[in-house]
Amino acid sequence: MLSPDEVYGVLNTVMDPEVPVISVVELGIVRDVAIQNDAVTITITPTYSGCPAMREIEADIRTALVARGVHDVNVKLVLSPAWTTDWIGPDAREKLRAYGIAPPGRAEPQGLITLTRSRVAVQCPFCGSNDTRLQSEFGSTACKAIHVCNSCRQPFDEFKAL
Amino acid sequence: MTEPSFQVAAPRSTPVANPLFEYLLRMGDDRLVLGHRLSEWCGHGPILEEDIALSNIALDLIGHASSLLALAGEVEGQGRDADKLAYFRDAVAFRNALLVEVPNGDFAVTMVRQFLFDAYSVLLLDALSRCEHEGLAAVAAKSLKEDKYHLRHSSEWVVRLGDGTAESHERAQKALDSLWRYTGELFDHDAVDDAVAAEAFIAIDHDALHSLWLTMVKDVVHRATLTLPTDPAMRRGGRRGFHTESLGHMLATMQIVARSHPGASW
Repeated sequence: MLSPDEVYGVLNTVMDPEVPVISVVELGIVRDVAIQNDAVTITITPTYSGCPAMREIEADIRTALVARGVHDVNVKLVLSPAWTTDWIGPDAREKLRAYGIAPPGRAEPQGLITLTRSRVAVQCPFCGSNDTRLQSEFGSTACKAIHVCNSCRQPFDEFKAL
Repeated sequence: MTEPSFQVAAPRSTPVANPLFEYLLRMGDDRLVLGHRLSEWCGHGPILEEDIALSNIALDLIGHASSLLALAGEVEGQGRDADKLAYFRDAVAFRNALLVEVPNGDFAVTMVRQFLFDAYSVLLLDALSRCEHEGLAAVAAKSLKEDKYHLRHSSEWVVRLGDGTAESHERAQKALDSLWRYTGELFDHDAVDDAVAAEAFIAIDHDALHSLWLTMVKDVVHRATLTLPTDPAMRRGGRRGFHTESLGHMLATMQIVARSHPGASW
């Protein structure tokens, strides 16, 4: 049977299907790993409520562990505490940037309701310019917004702060 | 428009068999119906970015509905999961407010409807995220984060349409005038609310919620150079299963695949 560290090692090879440069561990959705006898229980938290990638992630986790000889794999979903992009670490943020996705800014404190965007500039991941504009808060996937860089003229995705 | 929607709210003393189930259905159905309405725009949005935005918001709302209906199914204890509740109930069993079933109309109707609901939903979820029912508080806290994006999006559109061209202003005002009569129902308080407050410690001050909502709505309406309707006549009934005929048409489309192939998976 694998040790908890080895399980985390396996999970670190399971990539987010929509952002394939960061793993589910780096994304901060793995909340717990429990090993009992021959069974491994992975507790994960969903990113967006309607994210179609969650089932895919669940299946990928299962497949990765089965490939390492674990046959009794349970994937449990928890909603609380709600996932936040603040759980994405500095290394993963750099990987996002290198992949062409601007990393998320700080998530708004809970409970606060604002009708205007609190972030001023989102840095272009291609040329580093802060002269960018928001094209749409809703991008190719639920977790991304679309921006355009006024300096290098590239459109780019931003991982939205949640 | 069917007339039963003018019936008065049920008296507070009416006993409800399973109030928590009923309460969760109301919340889940609001989001399921509105989510489906928005998904009807997919491929028809006025610009590509908006087509994507409406589909994204639809996806979030259907995700929220799925969590809420799953919770409702657990509370009911009859073996109905979120899919069963979404696809195998008829219109009379739906508990959504009438506002969310109003057909899409033009883009202004869709956006004003969205804004009126988003403002209500953000405030309600914020309050529920602090309620003592653990499961509902978790769903509320999770959904609230996404709803804030929806509200910002819809309020910005209402301002842009109202303060836009003469035609967009006129259409936005018309949308606001016609949708206003459905907003009263969102803040009704009945026996279900009393019972969940007593049994599940989910107590929402509807008057406070209404006044916060009105402040938020007034601010955006003012910035949009629109005029707040003053007609106090309100249509209600959705919370008790009295729906407009448009819900039945919508459900026919939404449920056809699941009902034609029960238990199918792919």
